[in-house]
Amino acid sequence: MTRTTATPTGPALRTSKGTRPIHRVNPVTKLAAAFIISLTLIASVDWVSAGVVLVLEAALFGWAGIRLSVFLKRSWPILLAAPLAGLTTLLYGEPSGQSYWQFLFVHITDGSIYLGVATGLRILAIGLAGMVMFLTIDPTDLADGLAQVVRLPARFVLGALAAMRLAGLLVDDWRSLGLARRARGVGDSQGFMGKLRLWLNQAFSLLVLALRRGSKLATAMEARGFGADTQRSWARESVFVGRDWFLVMIAVLVAATAVGISVWSGHWNFIFG
Amino acid sequence: MSAPYRDLGGDPVRGSRVTASGWGWRHAGRRAWAVRDLDLDIEPGEKVLLLGPSGAGKSTLVHALAGVLGDSDDGDDNGRLLVDGLPPAAVRGRVGLVLQDPDSQVTLARVGDDVAFGCENLGVERDEIWRRVGQALDAVGLDLPLDHSTSRLSGGQKQRLALAGVLAMRPGLVLLDEPTANLDPVGVAEVRDAVARMLEHTKATLIVIEHRVGVWLPLVDRVIVLDPGGGLLADGHPEQVLAEEGARLAAQGVWVPGFPPAHPERRRAVSSVGPNDASSTDVLLCADDLSVARIPGTVVASGVRLTVNSGQALAVTGPNGSGKSTLALTLAGLLPTAGGDLRATDRLAQGAGSKPFRWKSRQLLTRIGTVFQDPEHQFLTATVRKELELGPRTLALSGAKIQALVDELLQRLRLDHLALANPFTLSGGEKRRLSVATALATNPQVLVLDEPTFGQDAQTWQELVALLAGLLDGGTALVAVTHDREFVEALADHTHELTSPLPVGPVR
Repeated sequence: MTRTTATPTGPALRTSKGTRPIHRVNPVTKLAAAFIISLTLIASVDWVSAGVVLVLEAALFGWAGIRLSVFLKRSWPILLAAPLAGLTTLLYGEPSGQSYWQFLFVHITDGSIYLGVATGLRILAIGLAGMVMFLTIDPTDLADGLAQVVRLPARFVLGALAAMRLAGLLVDDWRSLGLARRARGVGDSQGFMGKLRLWLNQAFSLLVLALRRGSKLATAMEARGFGADTQRSWARESVFVGRDWFLVMIAVLVAATAVGISVWSGHWNFIFG
Repeated sequence: MSAPYRDLGGDPVRGSRVTASGWGWRHAGRRAWAVRDLDLDIEPGEKVLLLGPSGAGKSTLVHALAGVLGDSDDGDDNGRLLVDGLPPAAVRGRVGLVLQDPDSQVTLARVGDDVAFGCENLGVERDEIWRRVGQALDAVGLDLPLDHSTSRLSGGQKQRLALAGVLAMRPGLVLLDEPTANLDPVGVAEVRDAVARMLEHTKATLIVIEHRVGVWLPLVDRVIVLDPGGGLLADGHPEQVLAEEGARLAAQGVWVPGFPPAHPERRRAVSSVGPNDASSTDVLLCADDLSVARIPGTVVASGVRLTVNSGQALAVTGPNGSGKSTLALTLAGLLPTAGGDLRATDRLAQGAGSKPFRWKSRQLLTRIGTVFQDPEHQFLTATVRKELELGPRTLALSGAKIQALVDELLQRLRLDHLALANPFTLSGGEKRRLSVATALATNPQVLVLDEPTFGQDAQTWQELVALLAGLLDGGTALVAVTHDREFVEALADHTHELTSPLPVGPVR
């Protein structure tokens, strides 16, 4: 394709749109909510707290209006990783209680079964919370929030945002670099090391291109007054209001419920204790 | 357009005055001055076309006026350069700049946000920003929703977006640095028309750099020609300057109306073989009902039937998005076919099999060479000489042979004085010549070129076309993807036109 044709949208730029309440919540709030829930789950390794969070999350996802097909398409890495992590813990986790099977380093016991289930559920709960939050976050809106609500430096936030846009272009660059290497006669490789060397070379070329693109973009941004001493204004207002407090409260409530039920049922084990 | 730009916004834009007295700039680490001894006075509201051979410092001057040249770490300056009586860095925001590369100027993901970006940096109030965004998009004729994705714009649309972003800042001075060099003819016209509309609604001073003079002549009232040795070569009314200096400018590579570059003579009589006559012995590649896709599963052109013949040039033309480049890369054996048949004849394959995509990378070298649209994608080494040695080395030629071959190529393509330079530091024309030379180094039977004349000055154009004509006479087959009608006229024996782009998104 010539350079002047429209390029497909890079994954980093996929904007999310919608009219559900979740889309009107400030992205910063979503980050905070995911953070609250994750921190709580990291504090203990038991299946009850993670299980409670998962059940409540399922209800929240329904409220957020995320369709099952979209959900499965985006979350399959987490759905795959969580059981695998659980399985690893089951096989190699710290043994305790009744032993069921032992072979070399593999030792399945009551303790490792418990840890395996707890780990799997935990990764699932944390991963899905983060994923769903990000599914509904638009990068530009997040940048606005980080700069206006959290008050991170505008230079930093907007620089990062512009860099993300370049990432989409680099996907196309990578493809062209691969074709060019084949055309130049250096695309053949034998064995793992040969392939690795080829890949590293191409990655280096991509880095050079990225730096060149980056410096051109920086010039263009500077020419539009970016980085000047003037107090910057914001075309899109990012506010933290009632609905944001509401979501934070829900997150706190989910976390508290999980901890409460876990402590009450005697499963809570505080790992920092 | 709904209403004139100036009637909607607050105060009408006042044009800036540009003055230079004895101004010069030398980039850090360079011995030569990029610009020197420049004396210039541009009145508010003047529309200036800035010309000069490559290396005359046009871009340096424009970057300096935009205040993005940097400080004493980036170079030394001399004399004075002022915008409205102040150093450019002090009046950022009064000056707007549109650059050559459409992809490297888009900052944000949504059209409206990108136009608003400059205003935000200037601290303009929110309501005022959105008023200006609407007016600016209107002025450049970009009729798109504010939340339209900027990555789904064509090159011409991206350049108009950049222009809108500049306009929204209400600049007194608008600088355009080769804004159409990377665009196809449709994009060039879009941008030129957008600038024309803009000029109806602003009193801003305009400075355009562009080596295609004809495009901008109707819009400017003054032409300034920079002298690479310092100072000015010419300055005055466009007609007068072009009448006096036209021939000299054309000789230096500027595209001047009335001074077309020479077309080469073809010595070898083209055989009567049609592009679809698969039985001739001249045939090297044969495509039948071919479908092509860059991304597996996304077919961009189908039903292609053509042959690539020894000693003949095939031009692949068609609108943007019709799959020209993808077809070329498929013919070049770089992309797998997405359907139908692509066959290399025994004459080309030389025992490597009939499917070019199945060949080893090394086997391609002597069979099909490819020159990419962006030369930077294909540079692999640290010097021009090593770049040329790479192919012959891969073919395991002897050291003496390689040296003789590379020396000859360096001379033929006027790159000998650059043998030790880094390919990335070359000018646009030099990069293009080098990328062609690297393909020639292994003497392929077929040469595939993707937009070889894009953004090239008239001198490089002429040299390139002459070189390719020589290759054709020597029996090489050419496949060129091009928008350049003049190139097609000069070289093409056959033209394959791709039509009706498959829907890839709302490209207008």
